[in-house]
Formats: sequence, structure tokens, C-alpha cells
Amino acid sequence: MAGVAVSTTINGDAVEYLCQPDETLLEVLRDRLGLTGAKEGCGTGDCGACSVIVDGRLVCSCLVLGAEAEGRKVETIEGMAHGDQLHPLQQKFLEHAALQCGICTPGFLIAAKDLLAKNPSPTEEEIRFGLAGNLCRCTGYDKIVRAVQDAANVMKGA
Amino acid sequence: MRYIRPLSIEDAVGELAKAVGPAAILAGGSDLLVRMKGGFVEPELIVDIKRIGGLSDVTETAEGFRIGAAVPCAVLGENKALRKAWPGVVEAANLIGSKQVQGRCTITGNLCNASPAADSVPALVAAGAKAVVAGPSGKRTIAVETVPTGPGRTSLAKGEIVEAILLDKRPEHAGDAYLRFIPRTEMDIAVVSAGVNLTLDDKGAIKTARVALGAAAPTVLLVEEAGQVLVGSKLDEATMERLAKICSGACRPIDDKRGTIEFRRKVAGVLARRVAAIAYKRAGGK
Repeated sequence: MAGVAVSTTINGDAVEYLCQPDETLLEVLRDRLGLTGAKEGCGTGDCGACSVIVDGRLVCSCLVLGAEAEGRKVETIEGMAHGDQLHPLQQKFLEHAALQCGICTPGFLIAAKDLLAKNPSPTEEEIRFGLAGNLCRCTGYDKIVRAVQDAANVMKGA
Repeated sequence: MRYIRPLSIEDAVGELAKAVGPAAILAGGSDLLVRMKGGFVEPELIVDIKRIGGLSDVTETAEGFRIGAAVPCAVLGENKALRKAWPGVVEAANLIGSKQVQGRCTITGNLCNASPAADSVPALVAAGAKAVVAGPSGKRTIAVETVPTGPGRTSLAKGEIVEAILLDKRPEHAGDAYLRFIPRTEMDIAVVSAGVNLTLDDKGAIKTARVALGAAAPTVLLVEEAGQVLVGSKLDEATMERLAKICSGACRPIDDKRGTIEFRRKVAGVLARRVAAIAYKRAGGK
């Protein structure tokens, strides 16, 4: 199979790669670019562990082909903190113990970031609805919801 | 396998028409990539239609709305004019999957995937939506209900692409709605569903009505008799009972893990009543 040459932007950096036509963006991120923050849970768009933002839209990177990223802007969990400075959502996830095994966490953080970008003051219901595409089998979700609420308050004050 | 990203619909049609092996059209990929992953399809050619001019736009025209085949459902929900004119179509489109899926999935894909349980399709059928089909011999505009012919099968010929969905401009006193039954509160596949689209006369009596059922037969059903029974009424109890009975009777459902034939028949009638009431209220009826 001939490779597809792709030029894209990932977390603000220009990136070029060659991928197979049937390779997903998740596979490209993890296996070709070493960006292993996005996780493969189900591989069928059900669990949200591979969530990334493409041109301002939250998507499952397992349901995007690597070739489709041509000319797009991709945001992954690796671009969330600024150096040692954690994003308020990351900080609040730690403070509220909103993670246990951690596999779902990058996806939740990206989905929560997208949620707060579009709705800076979500209600609890809006948070639960907005994060319903992300599955967590450890926390029972309550701590995640509280962390997002707390982060929203911090970010509004910032 | 080859991945191509044509810039014109003619090029896309040309590539599909001359493809020797299995070929697939990629818009949002929320069905295609899952099917590829599961080994249900192994396309030799993937035609990504997202860079074709106009296919990613919702345009308001003198005749109504044109929704490009690559427009994600999330964008429909963000379009105020569309939401105001066709709230039932938009609410149905926005029921498909999570936020992540909404950012990718399209109503054209939902139509062409040809699942009997497709959420946006009963709403589109009730709305009298049309599909613009581009193919090797030019373009044609067809009623959306003629696209799916059975589970996973469509009437589209080799080389044909649905490039847009058309919705009419709304007259005054018009409303549509969509509801589905699922065993949980969100993000599930319809056990049975219903879409209703009504226009009212100046006195609030129903002038035109279209009723469609989902997950109740091998394809989404347009129940013409159900529409006819509503015409002239203001949804009095006797009319509602007749509507429910006709809808239950029109079903040709299957027994499966999501519901039994008996359950689907009953719920089809219940949903039709509830959806008709919502559409009537949205149309300004009292």
C-alpha cells in the first residue's frame, strides 16, 4: 500500500508524516508520533479515551483517518499543560482525585476542555451530558464532575 | 487500499464509477470506520468528500435549506435558522451519538448507512426532505425515503453520491418533531421511533401531515394513512387513538435484543401520539 503524505498542525507545531490510508489518527498519534496520551479503549467511538480536538471539534481519533488530518489543527492532551504549569482542569482532576487507573483521563480532560470552551459555566447536568461520550469504570463520575465544576470556577475567575 | 480527497463532485463520481473493487464514501466516518475496524467492509478505495466545494456548508436558499453531505450534525444544532424552521430534524440529528460523534456524523451518512433505526431519517422523511444525487449521468433529486431499500442497502447506483439534503422553506403554522424510545436516557440505538411534520390552517386545524416510523420495519416507514387521519383535526382524542392504531398496524418490526414485535408495535403508536402533540404545539396549535 502506498503511504499518504500528510502535513498538519498538532498542538501548534507543524508536523509531517507518512501513514497508511487505513491508519487512524489515533494510530498515527501513538505509533508514529509518540504522542501516547490519547488511549485506545474501544476503537469504535464508544468510550472517548482517544478524544482529540480537530479544527475546534471534539472527535474520537479512532474514528478519524490519519490522512484526514491534512491541513487541520489537531489538539491533544500533550498540548494541555504549559511546561510544568498544569491546565486548571488537570490541577482540579488531581485535587479531586478524579482519576484512578487513568486510562480515560486524557479523553476526559480534552472533552472537558472542549466543553468549557463552548460553555464556561455549565450546570452539573450539562457537564454530565457533555462528558457522556467518555466512559470511566473507576470513579463513578462524581469526582470528575466536581473537578470540572471547580475548574470552571477557577477559569472564570482567571 | 487507496485514499483520495477529490475537490469536485465530478472527480469523486468519476473515481467511484471507475473503481474496480469495493469503494466507500467517507464523510464523518462514524459508521464507515467502525465497519472497517470490525472487518465488515474492506474498501479498496476511500473517497473523502469533505474537501468538495459546498459539501460542508448549510445554505439557506429561496426554496429552503441545502445541507451538504459532509456537514456534521453538531453544526446543524448550532444553526439557529435551521433549528427554528426544522426543530424535529435538528433534534433527531443531534440524538446521534456522543459529542465526539456529533462532531463527525452527518445526516447524509445516516441516510446512506440505511439502518432501519437511523435517528435522523424518520424526521427527514416526515419533513419531506429530498436528496440531491450526483452520478455518472448527472444529478437527480429524489425523496429521501427512496434511498434506503433495506438494512444496509440503498437505491444508489455505482458512482452515485448523495451530495446534499434539501429541506423546504417553512410556511407559517408549521412544526415537526422526533422522539425515540431507548432503554436508557441518552446515547443508544432507537428501539422504535417516530417523526411527525405538520402544517396548520389559520384556525389551527391540521392542513398537511406526514408521519414516519423508525426501527419498525426493514426501512424507515412513511405511514401515509397516519398523515391522512390527522388532516382536518386539532388532535382530539379520537384522532389520536386512530393515529396510534394506524401506526401500530403499519409496523413490520422484528424481535431482537432491543425489543419484541409486540412492544415495538405498541410503542410506535404511543410515540406517534406524543410526537404529533409536540409538532402541533410547535406549529402554534392549541
